[in-house]
Amino acid sequence: MNDHELNELRQRLRAAIPPPKPELARDLWPVMLARLNEPARIRVPWFDWLLLGAACVLALVFPGLIPALLYHL
Amino acid sequence: MDLLERFAAGDLDAFESLFRQHQAAVYRWIVRIIRDSASAEDLTVETFLRAYRSHARFRADGNFEAWLRRIATNAALDHLRKARIHVELPDDLPADPTPDAAEQNESRVAILSALASLAPRLRVVVQLGLVEEESYRTIANALGISESAVKLRMFRAVRILRKKLRQWDVRQ
Repeated sequence: MNDHELNELRQRLRAAIPPPKPELARDLWPVMLARLNEPARIRVPWFDWLLLGAACVLALVFPGLIPALLYHL
Repeated sequence: MDLLERFAAGDLDAFESLFRQHQAAVYRWIVRIIRDSASAEDLTVETFLRAYRSHARFRADGNFEAWLRRIATNAALDHLRKARIHVELPDDLPADPTPDAAEQNESRVAILSALASLAPRLRVVVQLGLVEEESYRTIANALGISESAVKLRMFRAVRILRKKLRQWDVRQ
């Protein structure tokens, strides 16, 4: 692709994309402080839920495995 | 102990000083990538939150702005990955569009759709390199990749954009 074509594409993109508000309209420190004071959210990964579900199913289908599961906890 | 050393040690006052010094620059960088002022404000805060949580990993003799810019770029990338791909018509559409205006709007939507269809890692490069005319080196530093990788991404993105726009031009 030559420079002319690249410039043409640039002009089309610039014409299509609305220009953003270039400057920050307010001080964000109060928002930052609020975020810092939020209690930390504990996020449990999906595979942990999957593991828990699998363990529950195993315990229901094979109750004899419960002591072994408890031993490995 | 200077400001960056205090920040690296987890001092909140030092963090506040750095936040006030750099918040406008971080916002300007993010808004150029995601083109949405409200989300850019949220992501500015998110960037500093990530920076504060990683303060122990920051080397006080390092370049704080470059470090912050990389975090901001990653936050913007995460946002683009999560954001639903949609194309909004601009607010300034005429009520009763003339054929020319209607065609212009269709063209605008086609370009925005083509851009939105790019993978976020390609879209960032187009936004910064093509629209904002940032240097390959600046983009490479912000993304933590090599300049040649940026050039490759630009090449791939431009090829996809041109293909999609050519398809649209043919339909017209």
